Amino acid sequence: MFPPKFLLPLALASGLLALAGGLLAQHGYTPSDVESGGRLYRVNCSACHGPNGDLQPGVDLGHGKFKRANSDEEIAAIITHGIPGTAMPPGNFSDSQALTIVAYLRSLAASANVSATAGDPARGKQIFEGKGQCLTCHRVRTSGSRVGPDLTDIGMLRRTAELQKALIDRGVDTVAANRFYRVVTRDGQTVTGRLLNEDTFSIQMIDTSEKLRSFKIADLREHAFETQSPMPSYKDKLTPEEISDLVGYLTSLKGL
Amino acid sequence: MKLRFLLLFSAAATLPAQVTSDRLMHSDKEPQNWLSYSGGYQSQRYTALKEITPANVKNLELQWAFQQRSLEKFEATPLVVDGVMYTTQAPSDVVALDATTGRVFWSFSANVKAESRTCCGRVNRGVAILGDNVFVGTIDGRLIALDARTGKQVWKVQVAKAEAGYSLMHAPLVIKDKVIIGTAGGEFGIRGFIAAYDAATGKELWRFYTIPEPGEKNGNTWAGDSWKHGGASVWVTGAYDPELNLTYWGIGNPGPDWNGDKRAGENLYSDCVVALDVDTGELKWYYQFTPHDDFDFDSVQVPVLANMQWQGRDRKVMLWGNRNGFFYVLDRTNGQYMLGKPFAKVTWTTGLDERGRPMRQANMEPTPQGTRIYPGNLGATNWYSPSYSPETGLFYLSVWDNYSSVYGKADSDYVEGRLYMGGAPRNVVPLLMQPAPTLQRREDEGYGAVRAIDPRTGERKWEFKMTDVTDAGILTTASGLLFSGGRDGNFYALDAKTGALLWRTQLGGPIAAGPMSYSINGRQFIAINAGTTMYVFAVKQ
Repeated sequence: MFPPKFLLPLALASGLLALAGGLLAQHGYTPSDVESGGRLYRVNCSACHGPNGDLQPGVDLGHGKFKRANSDEEIAAIITHGIPGTAMPPGNFSDSQALTIVAYLRSLAASANVSATAGDPARGKQIFEGKGQCLTCHRVRTSGSRVGPDLTDIGMLRRTAELQKALIDRGVDTVAANRFYRVVTRDGQTVTGRLLNEDTFSIQMIDTSEKLRSFKIADLREHAFETQSPMPSYKDKLTPEEISDLVGYLTSLKGL
Repeated sequence: MKLRFLLLFSAAATLPAQVTSDRLMHSDKEPQNWLSYSGGYQSQRYTALKEITPANVKNLELQWAFQQRSLEKFEATPLVVDGVMYTTQAPSDVVALDATTGRVFWSFSANVKAESRTCCGRVNRGVAILGDNVFVGTIDGRLIALDARTGKQVWKVQVAKAEAGYSLMHAPLVIKDKVIIGTAGGEFGIRGFIAAYDAATGKELWRFYTIPEPGEKNGNTWAGDSWKHGGASVWVTGAYDPELNLTYWGIGNPGPDWNGDKRAGENLYSDCVVALDVDTGELKWYYQFTPHDDFDFDSVQVPVLANMQWQGRDRKVMLWGNRNGFFYVLDRTNGQYMLGKPFAKVTWTTGLDERGRPMRQANMEPTPQGTRIYPGNLGATNWYSPSYSPETGLFYLSVWDNYSSVYGKADSDYVEGRLYMGGAPRNVVPLLMQPAPTLQRREDEGYGAVRAIDPRTGERKWEFKMTDVTDAGILTTASGLLFSGGRDGNFYALDAKTGALLWRTQLGGPIAAGPMSYSINGRQFIAINAGTTMYVFAVKQ
């Protein structure tokens, strides 16, 4: 079960969505609900509940284990109103925002059977900076390239299983903010990079030389998203133990 | 596929050009960029770009606009580096834009604390840049370095305590490997300071308190414990002379603002310009414009540096239009007073003596019942960036004339985080925070103007008069243009030699920022904020 390539966090939502697809369909959640809810969770909830959702006693959000709620509506009500007399505060969310967080939690639970181990962070760091050549595309604090996703706080944002999956698996979808784009100018110059912004008339990206670029669409011969992510699969490049160590390093990255 | 991606990333070896210290020292060699708040260390807010001229300025048209995500005043001057614009939006957020289209590359939210305290707006005036990083101060007292290409935070330091009323509002000044910033909060009883931080790490390298302690030199200019909460804030970016290795900063008023009874003495270094050694922060000289100020005459104007012939000699001068109503010329090598003349109606003093010290007018001071005094509380000018054009040899500033306040005085006790002002003035002209939707004011109740002053004589060469007052800065160009605007939302181009109106447009909101200019592929742009929006103009193609 080690299919090919995909860019690290790009694949994270995708694989989980595939696993969670059936359950999500039952609740009528879309992939963008899960993505939006994940963003809200990471900013507002992760500090107390942790990326895996298991930092509070008796609660394991990543496995659908709640103390006082079962239905989506009950969970959303707790997210919005908090639990009086406990450390769970009310959140400043609309009802629909609270439901996107529920959608994200449901997606976590649906993929909870993926087993993963976080190995030795120190060995993982050596692999990250050496054999894995991860800094060629990724950045941690002030080292590495800005072209791929910055991983400085990836351990706060992604679960162990998600990180492992991104290293070995090939996804079918990407996080929108990390997609690669390719333009060919009218004079034949090809520029590739991570898309930052676009509108009807222009495109903004950070190119592979880490330069901020803007193109008028009228000046382009071609422009489109890349169909393949530059993220390689490490299934055949690293041993399972090395991948585990790499995951251990990534989970240790908690920001500045 | 592997080969393709290897090739794809091999280009990473050719990184974009960094903004080195050397580039900042010689920013005049790249007028297409605008690398610091005032456009260069001399702070002349002058561009050598010449594409927009008196002949074609009438063909300016809007290229793009950017709306900040705040209803606050939009006071920032953007930087432009090789086609990328960096600016701040209130309260302390940073955005990187494509300078050709205005489209956003990245944005950074500082998520400032609710406990932040500001007297006069939750605003920010811009960023500084060095190497790969841009630097911003926040109203909750943090200095933050961001990766210029991603907006990701690189480091942050807590410069001062927000709960005690300290805030950071002005664009930092980068000199060599240092990021220099001062603290606002003069109305909250802070003890102001200017500090330098290592641009690479955020480590504090030196700190200059704008109020000396008892026992230090000039510590005896504050009675009792008044030095502890004497204000002397810093909220506009300073200047730098590389040959002298001195950085110059304007210092704010002493506190409490309108009641000086508890702070007998000259209250140094409030209302001063200070000259600091960049490497050590050591004070080399100071000049105080308003000793023992009880009018709130902050001297936080931008220090404008120029080299000129003065009475037959080449002099390194500093040009200063002060909030107290006087235009000054100082020798910036030693702080020697060279010239001082009023540029607006002044009643608080009978004039300056031979050393430039004001002689106070009897009975012209704040009183419990109030005293009408010119200029009013917001000054004959204020923080609005002036300009000096080497081409015309003239100094230009935004002026409020015929403008007074009734200065009231009251008791005030210091409580941390609370306003500490010792009274309040009553103003005919409202603060910009409460702009009047309509205007019905007689000329003798206050009006605005752009004035051109000959720095060799202090004489006015011309003025462009406005009905309302102005909070706008001024930009001059090598092609002989002057750009500025007013609280009425008009933005205009004048002939820098004569003041003649050459072009104008209505931008729909008060202009409370300085114009700047840059060019991309030979096309010159002019950027200005009005209301909550930045507008960018170029000659129609």
